[in-house]
Amino acid sequence: MDPISIDKLNFHYGEGELRRRVLRDVSLTVHAGEVVLLTGPSGSGKTTLLTLIGALRGMQDGSCRVLGHELMGASERARVALRQSIGFIFQNHNLLGFLTARQNVAMSLELDAALSEAERLRRAGEMLAAVGLSGHEDKPPSKLSGGQRQRVAIARALVGNPGLVLADEPTAALDKVSGGEVVQQLRSLAKSRGTPILMVTHDPRILDIADRIVTMEDGRVVETVTA
Amino acid sequence: MNAVTKSSLLPWAPENTGESPQAAAPRAASPGPMAMLWLPARLAWRQLRAERARLLSAMAGVMFAALLVFMQLGFRSALFDSATQLLASMEAEVFLMSPMTVASFRPEPIPRIRAHQALALPEVTQAVPVYMTQATWRNPEDGSRRMIQMIGFDVEAGAMQFRGMDPLVPALRRIDTVAFDTLSRPEFGDVQRIFNEQGPFEVQVGNRMVEIVGLVTIGPSFGADGNLVMSEVNFRRMVPVRHASNTDIVAIRLRPGTDIAATQARLREILPADVMVLNHAELVAHERKYWETATPIGFIFAFGSVMGLIVGMVIVYQILFSDIANHLREYATLKAIGYSNFYLARVVMAAALILAVLGFVPGAALSTWLYGVVADATFLPLTMTAERAAMVFALIFGMCAAAGLLAMRKLRDANPADMF
Repeated sequence: MDPISIDKLNFHYGEGELRRRVLRDVSLTVHAGEVVLLTGPSGSGKTTLLTLIGALRGMQDGSCRVLGHELMGASERARVALRQSIGFIFQNHNLLGFLTARQNVAMSLELDAALSEAERLRRAGEMLAAVGLSGHEDKPPSKLSGGQRQRVAIARALVGNPGLVLADEPTAALDKVSGGEVVQQLRSLAKSRGTPILMVTHDPRILDIADRIVTMEDGRVVETVTA
Repeated sequence: MNAVTKSSLLPWAPENTGESPQAAAPRAASPGPMAMLWLPARLAWRQLRAERARLLSAMAGVMFAALLVFMQLGFRSALFDSATQLLASMEAEVFLMSPMTVASFRPEPIPRIRAHQALALPEVTQAVPVYMTQATWRNPEDGSRRMIQMIGFDVEAGAMQFRGMDPLVPALRRIDTVAFDTLSRPEFGDVQRIFNEQGPFEVQVGNRMVEIVGLVTIGPSFGADGNLVMSEVNFRRMVPVRHASNTDIVAIRLRPGTDIAATQARLREILPADVMVLNHAELVAHERKYWETATPIGFIFAFGSVMGLIVGMVIVYQILFSDIANHLREYATLKAIGYSNFYLARVVMAAALILAVLGFVPGAALSTWLYGVVADATFLPLTMTAERAAMVFALIFGMCAAAGLLAMRKLRDANPADMF
């Protein structure tokens, strides 16, 4: 079973005169363990597609199965539950400023009431070590560099062992060197776990991490290149 | 508990990372109720703690609201307690009073003969007419004049007592003698000091010079700033317009062990409808009811309390609202990674309740201290009671919960779909 399989997905914003189609007959499959980059000009609908796959937005037409759950007609409750098995990485790190790096990562585990506090913190610490942030566990985000913050965000996305990682321009706020390091780290961690990644990016510097590059234009998938 | 121990024993290794979220679901289905409340509360506390200045201003707001409500409720109850102090200190089982009397400082007279009629019942041992009026008192220190409450009755009967009156009875039998209430407001002059220094001395009450022969303890009320106690005869001498045939209250003593309710019923049978037959509690309640309903005072204090609560609520709301508004992206991120609206609502609620506790504790402490200060300044019986503290805490708790509910609406603006 593929982590993502999308069939004839249509989506529009607005109603009546203002109705604007942003996705037209999109079909896309992401296979287990695959790293797929979604690229294309602004307004091509890639971010909208990402929010639909991430169950952050209600579906309108077509079919979208994520981790075995059909999102068409899924309730808010079902979508919230599904989001717990997806790791999200945003353009900005969006870390909670009043928590330390370790506590931020542990936030991903607090919804699992079966875990003890010690277990959560231990796992968060190990995940931070895996992204190369040993020794920075108890610093607040304000004491970390941009690249370090984004790595904390990666640790937060991966610590819960998600079935899928969705990333939106994770290097947009970073310079070339730290941006490259961050995505390489993300790729190697995901590969070692067999976690598929779907990443929206404009950044030509990071295209080399992809197994497959999907290009979108005007709401359609226009090209698929396998690396 | 078992599940927790088991999972914490599992080493975190790549082979365990394949653990599917579906498998985790049944374990998560039975989260401890403590975790359901504790984790959001901890998150709320960490967020509040991060910004000291804001936390302090929120605490100050809640504290101020608590203080305001404490003072309003304190004054309210002090008013009612002090207003009834005079009647409450009258020691008798049954009282006759005119149905027209709305408050003791403005009594309607009743025929004195009712006292004699009451004696017809064998269980009635004494029926003592009590005369009350207000007269002008000239301050012995600076000559200024104020109204003072005068209470005249048969001091020898022993039916009525005020603290400190017993040894004064022989002196009060003499012509133009009175006992002064030491708890009277200081505007009447420092009678206690003068009396202690030079013994009995003369003051002007109404148009007469009378001799202060001793001190009693009653306490002022909102209706009367001070009290003078005297014999019935002296009362009439000082207030010549009052006829002996008209009294204000009749205090009735019963044989020990008498059924008071039954006696009241029998008195109602034999007495005309121009008197009410009240027991001690009913007499006090009647007076209290006047202050509660017939004056705006009870309403004013309730209104003041509500204003305090509204101000506090607005402050707490502002703090919670800006906490959410400033962290909208972070809240949206939490929603994106699977936190429900309900979970975040619990965070906001926990923050509200933490503020309630943090503000209430210093507010209650400060109020206790202020009660002492105000009681010393006003001579009103103002004390902190556990009952009132519990009530104010409930109000503050409700206030913060309402602010939390209002602030929660802002959570809807945290839309995870806008995060990308």
